[in-house]
Amino acid sequence: MGRYVLRRLLQLLPVFVGTTFLIYLLVWAIPGDPFAGKCGDRLCPDSYVNAMREKFNLDDSLLVQYGKYLANLVQGDFGETFSGIEVSELIANAYPVTLKLALVALVIEGVIGLVAGVLTGLRSGGFLDNLVLVSTLFLISIPVFVTGFVLQITLGLWWGIIDPTVSAEATIPELIVPGFVLASLSMAYVTRLTRTSISENRRADYIRTAVAKGLAPRRVVGVHLLRNSAIPVVTFLGADLGALMGGAVVTEGIFNIRGIGGLVFGAIQTKEGATVTGVVTLLVIVYLLMNLLVDVLYAVLDPRIRYD
Amino acid sequence: MGARGVVSRLALAVSVALLGTACGQSEDSGAAQDSAISVYGTEPENPLVPGNTTETGGGQVVDALFTGLVEYDPRTAEPTNAVAESIETTDSRVYTITLEDGWTFHDGTRVTAQSFADAWNYTAYSPNAQQSASFFAQIQGFSDVNTQDPDGSDGPQEAPQPAATEMSGLRVVDDLTLEVTLAEPFAVFPTQLGYSAFSPLPEAFFADQEAFEANPVGNGAFRFVSRQPNANIELTRYEGYAGVKPKVTDVEFRIYETVEAAYSDVVAGNLDFLEIIPSSALAGNLYQADLPGRSLSQTYLGIQTVTFPLYDPRFANPDLRKAISMAIDRDAVNQQIFNGLKPPADGYVAPNVPGRAEDQCGELCRFRPEQAKALFDSTGFAGPIELTSNADAGNTEWMQAACTSIGNALGRECRFVPVPTFGEFRTAINAGEMSAIYRSGWVADYPSIENFLNPLYRTGGSSNDGGYSNPAVDATLAQADAATSEEQANQLYQEAERLVLQDVPAIPVYFQSVQAGWSQRLRNVTVTPFRQLDLDTVEVA
Repeated sequence: MGRYVLRRLLQLLPVFVGTTFLIYLLVWAIPGDPFAGKCGDRLCPDSYVNAMREKFNLDDSLLVQYGKYLANLVQGDFGETFSGIEVSELIANAYPVTLKLALVALVIEGVIGLVAGVLTGLRSGGFLDNLVLVSTLFLISIPVFVTGFVLQITLGLWWGIIDPTVSAEATIPELIVPGFVLASLSMAYVTRLTRTSISENRRADYIRTAVAKGLAPRRVVGVHLLRNSAIPVVTFLGADLGALMGGAVVTEGIFNIRGIGGLVFGAIQTKEGATVTGVVTLLVIVYLLMNLLVDVLYAVLDPRIRYD
Repeated sequence: MGARGVVSRLALAVSVALLGTACGQSEDSGAAQDSAISVYGTEPENPLVPGNTTETGGGQVVDALFTGLVEYDPRTAEPTNAVAESIETTDSRVYTITLEDGWTFHDGTRVTAQSFADAWNYTAYSPNAQQSASFFAQIQGFSDVNTQDPDGSDGPQEAPQPAATEMSGLRVVDDLTLEVTLAEPFAVFPTQLGYSAFSPLPEAFFADQEAFEANPVGNGAFRFVSRQPNANIELTRYEGYAGVKPKVTDVEFRIYETVEAAYSDVVAGNLDFLEIIPSSALAGNLYQADLPGRSLSQTYLGIQTVTFPLYDPRFANPDLRKAISMAIDRDAVNQQIFNGLKPPADGYVAPNVPGRAEDQCGELCRFRPEQAKALFDSTGFAGPIELTSNADAGNTEWMQAACTSIGNALGRECRFVPVPTFGEFRTAINAGEMSAIYRSGWVADYPSIENFLNPLYRTGGSSNDGGYSNPAVDATLAQADAATSEEQANQLYQEAERLVLQDVPAIPVYFQSVQAGWSQRLRNVTVTPFRQLDLDTVEVA
């Protein structure tokens, strides 16, 4: 197991270099000069444009630019934005907020999704099953921004239960509604995955054996059934954390959460290559680590899976 | 509208009641001593240095932190002396500026004539790469401190090192007297002095610029407290301020990712002031129901035009340009797209600008489809008419509408071909590569008719992107610049405006307007002609 983890960690290196390079390339492939619209409807002075181009190495070829960027990055220097703010400071402000939001969303989708999935999986075909089926279908069919605006307007403006936006501190209670919005789609998937998995495994031989052995129903469901049904769900949840972090652009915009979604979106618009590359690289790393964690969890859930 | 209006009003009443009970106590106890307000803001695009800030996000912070020699009346935009006690000239070329004693920077140092001279020299000096350098172009000796890159910023050559670091036209007579000599007479110079690029800078700036950028020190009514990127910028009242002290004690510029979120916060009472209403709330004037008695709509110093790329020979015939101007139904555009909030333009100069004359454009800016068609047919213009704009800032709807109006009136296909982003759009304009008639906006830097003409329509003007050139216009503008009195200058500028309008290098379409909304806490709200909340007079209930 140790060697397997080490090998997987080493694989991160080429992926890291490859993704940063691709992202760097892509940012500069966006048409338009970053300083063309900088002075509004007025032409920026040459001296300003020259100084900025030199400061951000924009006169070098893309490969040289990337080389300089990577050399700084290895030393822990993420570079700075056009307005002179350290990218590392932006990341340090935004990452914890997004991570908090993603975890809140993950807990919500995990708890609600699993409970609903298990309940409906055990009693498939009943009233509850149909109700959950319809409501998950409903959730899947609504785009996130609709859920977001509807909850913001009803809970925030009409009933005044929550503030319509999240403060700069972004405390956990403030993030529950945005987290629910972010989780709504995945929650429906988790419910359906769990339900299918449970109702399939319920007819499996080992469950029949367990029941025939005379085990208590609680133990049959809680240990044998759940543990085996959890594998696809865990895969989904693990991959979803990365998706939740990267995909929060819309939710963050609606609730004015100062996370990485808005940071990346704004940076792409203004062609702040250093910010985009820095943030997305960290996202890639989170994604890879989560996948590794999921793979390791497999072995824990299913003793038949061995990695060495 | 009816049912929705009732529901939203009911909802508002309920939410206000809930809010009132929820936070009534804390607000009552703190209202008297502590009157902090929060204002919508966007992330500054540059460090908070006056000479390098040209956009609104950083601009409104810089304006609160600094006070120049002159400031503008929050209602009429008329310039009045601030740090200056008097500005005197006999020939519009040599200005003797006397400073009022008693002004200090937030670090306690005095504001002297040297603070201004140093700041202006710094901004003008081209190796310092400040965005607003060109504002000092009128001062004698500017060309010695500011050199141009011979082949533009894309070419391999570099700009030569300037011969001097200080402009010869700036002379510090004593601590409180500054003598400014301009290269050519320029009657509007005193008005220009209120623009933020003309702010003074303290010695601390020149000692350690990085420390200054992290903690800006100005001489304005508010001083810097803290800044969290992408979250907020906090200022507090400067008790040693020599001007009229504001009523509020603290101001937080809160940065929002979307205007929609900020608007929700204003409706819920979490944000005190917002000067942009999102289009979702403008539809059917919903914002007036959401914010009863707490919103306004007024014009400011901005105009929306469409410009002809005159370097393209297809647009060389003035009759063609006149025909297209008369083919736009400005009233219909205003009513159908903007709910009547953006008045049709009748000239190049926005309303309320000192020196402006009414209806300069006359018939050329009215909807005259038959006349337009006859004129258009006589030009023999071939092919479809193309209009373009950037698509990322809500301009597509009215451009589309104008295009439809042109197409219907002239009986020729009109295509609207948008460009995705403002950056791309400006890249093509700067490079002189436009092949279609393009949207162009202008927001004045300082309130004068001059600012709507010289930069845009003079040969080689700093924003004359279409390449317009008319010797008669240049001569009249030069004459106006050299006028000895403001009235005489304004009359000549008006004459120049009429001359330009006869050539129609750009079609005036509508005057920009601002829609602002505020929370129930604010009293005495004034929105300046610069689209900002007047922080000096606003009060908290």
